[in-house]
Amino acid sequence: MKLTNDRAAELKEDFPIFRRKIHNQPLCYLDNAASTQKPQAVINAIKDFYEHSYANIHRGVYQLSQEATEQYEDAHDAVGKLIGAGENEIAFTRNATEAINLLSHTIKPLVEGSTILLTEMEHHANLVPWQQLAKKEGMKLSFIRMREDFTLDYGDAEQKLADDCAILSVSHISNALGTINDVKRLVGLAKKNGALAIVDAAQSAPHGAINVKEIGCDFMAFSGHKMLGPTGIGALYGRHELLEQMEPFQTGGDMISSVTYESAQWNDVPQKFEAGTPHIAGGIGLAKAAEYLQNIGPESISAWEKELLKHTLESISSALEKGDIRLFNPGHKHSAGILSLNLAGIHAHDLASLMDDMGICIRGGHHCAMPLMNKLGVAGTARASFYLYNTTDDADRFVAGLKKAKEMFN
Amino acid sequence: MMYQEHILDLYKHPHNTGRLKGATHSHRGHNPLCGDDISIELIVDGEKRVKDVKFHGNGCALCIASASLITDAVKGKHIDTVLRLKKDDVLGMMKIPVSHVRLKCVLLPLEAVQKTIINSRGISSTE
Repeated sequence: MKLTNDRAAELKEDFPIFRRKIHNQPLCYLDNAASTQKPQAVINAIKDFYEHSYANIHRGVYQLSQEATEQYEDAHDAVGKLIGAGENEIAFTRNATEAINLLSHTIKPLVEGSTILLTEMEHHANLVPWQQLAKKEGMKLSFIRMREDFTLDYGDAEQKLADDCAILSVSHISNALGTINDVKRLVGLAKKNGALAIVDAAQSAPHGAINVKEIGCDFMAFSGHKMLGPTGIGALYGRHELLEQMEPFQTGGDMISSVTYESAQWNDVPQKFEAGTPHIAGGIGLAKAAEYLQNIGPESISAWEKELLKHTLESISSALEKGDIRLFNPGHKHSAGILSLNLAGIHAHDLASLMDDMGICIRGGHHCAMPLMNKLGVAGTARASFYLYNTTDDADRFVAGLKKAKEMFN
Repeated sequence: MMYQEHILDLYKHPHNTGRLKGATHSHRGHNPLCGDDISIELIVDGEKRVKDVKFHGNGCALCIASASLITDAVKGKHIDTVLRLKKDDVLGMMKIPVSHVRLKCVLLPLEAVQKTIINSRGISSTE
């Protein structure tokens, strides 16, 4: 179903939080790259589980435990379906960060080569774990250059992938710039050079159609809370044969098949990667979120967000002088619904605080991408990021906020 | 409302900015998380009074306004009085409600002023 203003306004009604006001004004939520609001269906799924089916999983022979186990296991399939994963190719983690940490702790035996290749636009979650692995294993970190138009330099990528690359880990969509990276092309190049290919899909899995088989990546990581699901649950996709070969990340209960005083045998995938009692309700809530997204249609979500971005960019260019604003965005054709900017003479935190006074939630800061901010020569930016429930009215309030901030500070 | 006229005015026309020739004390206060970066220079006289003070650097409106007010406030004061200044004193000078997440911006200049004194004490005690 195509998303329009009317449809987005209708969808807002699915989200109880939009009934509240912020500083006496209707909530205008534009910090979706940080986290998204929750529809009633997700809240109800979690509530229903605790009220009617709650028990620990994989343990009890009683009915409640069986119901809980079934719902939790089915949740893996629902989440996998959203990204085109096969059976037993999804392990639940706390979030994308933990999924990448799982990889940085376990994949070394699977790789040949000495370089870990990232991009200059990574979130700290897809940078710091690899710095740690590089230190521990004496590997080298390398970064695909970003061009001045905020897109990746694919020639540079080609060269660096051919240079003893062991692991390519790249964000699908930059959380700080909105840039959509051509992961299919990068993964293809990585495979040609025998490197393992990982996609950080924290900003893409929630916002558009993704198929891991089509991209061809070995692993993919994403978070539940950025896609209408609860916090504390995320997912790692891995090709089944790789997940089979890997050693566990954490050990303990539930991830074993048998244990003696001296040693242990690992359980099957994905349980091998889910030590201890997991976030059962979180998994069930995330599955409901995946179902909600499927019902709307991932393609229509990305198309609508692009339209909102285009609308915002056009409004900005008529509302503000070119010299008063610096945009950090590759243009709507190459960008998801994320817009980073700075107004001349106004700190990003001042802009975000001013917007808050108007009931508008945007992010100001380094967006967990400090090296990128350094490269751009700024301490931070102000960022608006859209989702399926945003309307052009939200975008217009944002642009009006920019105009007001400029008037107040000049 | 945090961005009241007097705060915006102090941001646009800050007090006591620049460098001090013959500074006896200095400190750079930096918050890499938000980019606020304020350097304070003092001249402390023989009676341990702040004879002059200036600041330079970059920061958000709250940080710059706070730096203006604090440098005004410490001028002529004994360094022990400066060291006794607290969060509430700064908030009293700002005369605006400061949200919890922005407290750091407002308090960075006070911290920097106090560190100019604390750090130099540390040095003299090791001499």
